[in-house]
Amino acid sequence: MSTKTGIPRDPETGTPDAPDAGSDLGTAGSQLSTAPKEDIGLPSLGPLGWARWFWRQLTSMRVALLLLFLLSIGAIPGSLIPQTGIDPVKVEQFKAEHDTLGAVYDKLGMFHVYSSVWFSAIYLLLFISLIGCIVPRSWQFVGQLRGRPPAAPRRLTRLPAYTTWRTEAEPEAVLEAAQRMLKKRRFRAHRTGTAVAAEKGYLREVGNLVFHVALIVMLVAFAVGSLWKSEGGKLITEGDGFANSLVQYDDFTSGPFFDTDTMEPFGFTLKRFEATYERTGPQKGTPRVFRAHITYFNGADGKEHKTAIEVNTPLDIAGNKVYLLSHGYSPVVTVKDGRGKVVYHGAVPFLPQDPKNFTSTGVVKVPGAQTKDGKRNQLGFNGLFVPTFGGKNSGSMFSQFPALDFPVLAVNAWHGDLGVDSGLPQNVYQLDTKRMKQYKDAKGNIFKKMLMPKDRLERQAAQHTGIKGGLTKKDVEDDSTMRLPDGQGSITFEGIRSWASFKISHQSGNELALTGAVFALAGLAGSLFIQRRRVWVRAERGADGVTVVEMAGLGRSESPRLPDELGDLAVALVPDAPPAPDAEPADETADVSRETASAQRPQDPTEPTDSADPADPSEGARA
Amino acid sequence: MTLAAAANETLAHNSNLLVYSAITVYTLAFLAHMVEWVFGSRSKVGRTAAALTAEAKAPAISVTVAQKGGGTAVLERPTVVTKTAAGSRDVPDGPGAHGGTEKGDLYGRIAISLTVLAWALHVGGVLTRALSVQRAPWGNMYEFSTTFAAVAVTFYLVLLVLKKNIRWIGLPLVFTVLLDLGLAVSVLYTASDQLVPALHSYWLWIHVSCAIICGAAFYVGFVATLLYLFRDRHEAKLADPAGEQPGKFATSVLERLPSAASLDKLAYRINATVFPLWTFTIIAGAIWAEAAWGRYWGWDPKEVWSFITWVAYACYLHARATAGWKGRKAAVLGLIAFACYLFNYYGVNIFVTGLHSYAGV
Ligand code: HEM
Repeated sequence: MSTKTGIPRDPETGTPDAPDAGSDLGTAGSQLSTAPKEDIGLPSLGPLGWARWFWRQLTSMRVALLLLFLLSIGAIPGSLIPQTGIDPVKVEQFKAEHDTLGAVYDKLGMFHVYSSVWFSAIYLLLFISLIGCIVPRSWQFVGQLRGRPPAAPRRLTRLPAYTTWRTEAEPEAVLEAAQRMLKKRRFRAHRTGTAVAAEKGYLREVGNLVFHVALIVMLVAFAVGSLWKSEGGKLITEGDGFANSLVQYDDFTSGPFFDTDTMEPFGFTLKRFEATYERTGPQKGTPRVFRAHITYFNGADGKEHKTAIEVNTPLDIAGNKVYLLSHGYSPVVTVKDGRGKVVYHGAVPFLPQDPKNFTSTGVVKVPGAQTKDGKRNQLGFNGLFVPTFGGKNSGSMFSQFPALDFPVLAVNAWHGDLGVDSGLPQNVYQLDTKRMKQYKDAKGNIFKKMLMPKDRLERQAAQHTGIKGGLTKKDVEDDSTMRLPDGQGSITFEGIRSWASFKISHQSGNELALTGAVFALAGLAGSLFIQRRRVWVRAERGADGVTVVEMAGLGRSESPRLPDELGDLAVALVPDAPPAPDAEPADETADVSRETASAQRPQDPTEPTDSADPADPSEGARA
Repeated sequence: MTLAAAANETLAHNSNLLVYSAITVYTLAFLAHMVEWVFGSRSKVGRTAAALTAEAKAPAISVTVAQKGGGTAVLERPTVVTKTAAGSRDVPDGPGAHGGTEKGDLYGRIAISLTVLAWALHVGGVLTRALSVQRAPWGNMYEFSTTFAAVAVTFYLVLLVLKKNIRWIGLPLVFTVLLDLGLAVSVLYTASDQLVPALHSYWLWIHVSCAIICGAAFYVGFVATLLYLFRDRHEAKLADPAGEQPGKFATSVLERLPSAASLDKLAYRINATVFPLWTFTIIAGAIWAEAAWGRYWGWDPKEVWSFITWVAYACYLHARATAGWKGRKAAVLGLIAFACYLFNYYGVNIFVTGLHSYAGV
């Protein structure tokens, strides 16, 4: 466990109250990192003093910590409360259900947490703090790179790792050898008096700075992405196409800087939508394949190409991406009016009400219909479509399976004024029946019918010609058509096509975000796995004329690898400073150490010491 | 085709059998660990107090440099003396659950052997499941949970093989694994099957496997952090003989754990090592999201909680670098961070609906 006394364990934080901050160890351990010093003192008077105090607070580690913590707490509500950016329908539902709470949430921006004022304030403050932290740290680090490792402390014995021995070699020769040896091992080493001071692991600091800068880069990329993005949705039935212009979208949103006048000319046609589902087993009905077979062109008069879009493989075209979002069925219907004239023929997209088995609803609006005697009589049909009919005798109709095994379309009919001429935008999936009347039969029951697709019935009839009980042409006609009372028209269920909905998005800044992410990762690895450490070698002639070699190491954190490394360095130095044969204990500490070492040597295997760790990955980590 | 399907069904069935067998053997391992702790409670350790109240502090650990060749008359191997920082407690690690008793140790070893056996069955179960569906075994919560537990045990066994001081975690680990597997086979069970199209991507291999590895490692870090808090309080009480002294039971249990400093260091090393991997997990998820949904970040609940977890761990790492926040406060942040990870897995999957689809919850 670490405590408040920062020396020598964490000299970098330089706690002002560290008791021996003034000792020579303080300098030796200084600037082993560029972490800012904590400063809790109150400011001196004056606005400038306050401003400086405020800035120092903002860029302190403590406030960075606080802001980080706030950021994580602030992100929570957005995951629990419905968000307009993700599901606006749910937000409306929530507001309807919770009157007061909804209003309070609205005030607090809880329905768009990640673009709310307070959330933005947190991360902007955090990033200001980050910049305020990075810039001085970078300068300081450059200074450290230019400077030299600090001179050896007076008493090396006080450092976390220490070793000593006596040698016949001359001190001067030992020091020269030590400097050579350390430099060979990529330490930055220089002579200070009777000692060599060396340091290694600067990449740790580089990593840390790179990581924090990369965070800023990612934020910028995020901003660029949302300022210049555009995103739109389009539902397309098989056989239909799309060309990239504003009017063609079902819905479209774009960032403030996106220019809708210069949209790239491209387009595509949905040829066929392929969907397969699990047929057996407990997961019956689970989708297996969704594939939109399309042809596309790029450029105003480009050539057509064939390809397929799947859920995880969007189409990448002219800086845009086309994603497959969802799919459903579009019954094809023909409507004739009282005059017997075809007033509507086409595929009508139905929206799935049950995402699993695709019980879907939709409407057919026929504004151009007239009565037998030529009066305006707009027609509207409410439809319920099931790809695989179920609930035969239950009175209700639902789908049992998402594929087209037994498609049935149930319709009822309205007439009157559709309200489409009012100029107000209308929901194409809903019938506005305010000024319409529903057709009833003679008994006053709602006029409705279940229809089978004509194309399938015809195929069936063709297969069974001549067989007794096979379908006649009239049967086919009857089963696929609903005739309105008094000869006011009819609706025929011709067949089914699939529709698929696509998201077409244009996003900038992706590469920048990825670059930032990669650098963040690399920087992080460097910062966490590289240990910055200092080593000092002192060689002085002892009282008896024999040279005493002392080596000591200091890491940013109490690392188990440091003693090992120091040992290795010592072994490497031994050929140039062979231990004196009549080695008397050099001093008391060495004596003690040797005793404890031998006492502990047959180590208890259940109690492995840290140093036995062969691969401690985070040795640069602070303790 | 039907033949292959039948073969797959047999495999899936075998997978279930293996998982159930693993649960049985883990239960035995759990009991053996209990016995280990019971025997261990008979030892009189009391080393911590002795160390804390000892007058003169000798250097804590001495490390000898690796020997080169045979010994000669000449001193060839300098001894490196290490010093703990001033102000920190100089406490040796506890002996482990067995408390130094021979019988306890025996049962502890039996427990580990059983754990190895259970682990083999468990991994077999995960692999046959993967073979039966011919894809990565983490397409739904059942698979995620079983794989998660397998990875956690693997992580523990690897640390044991590397001779890390980790044996003390046996009981809580096996307990958690039992809990996790029990939930998996009862509540979360999903019959083996193919993936929904949204999960058809090689990013599933990369992103989810990383998430699982992170979770398993974070879990070990979490246990170490939690026990650190207990052990630290215990040591603090002992260090102040005038104040309140720990109870008998607490003493018996806590004395056998590694020292607070060791637990803290272990937790930090694990969390710090896994943090970059967690960062990568999120980045990989973002790349996948870009391919699947058209945006690399959309504040989907799962994304939000990954982010919260990430920021919480960043908080923890920052706290360690900030004077006055080290030790207990940082440890609490570490606990919170792991809670976020857990919530992201169970909470978000069960209580919050989002784009992340797992079949069969
Ligand atoms: C955007 C949010 C931030 C995140 C996600 C973040 C993340 C991290 C992480 C994971 C580390 C650990 C690396 C290590 O221990 O070497 C770290 C270290 C550090 N961070 Fe941040 N950081 C953020 C903001 C800040 C800010 C605002 C400051 C300045 C006030 C700051 C200053 C530092 C310092 C000084 C260290 C290194 C401490 C040391 O030298 O050991 N960070 N940061």
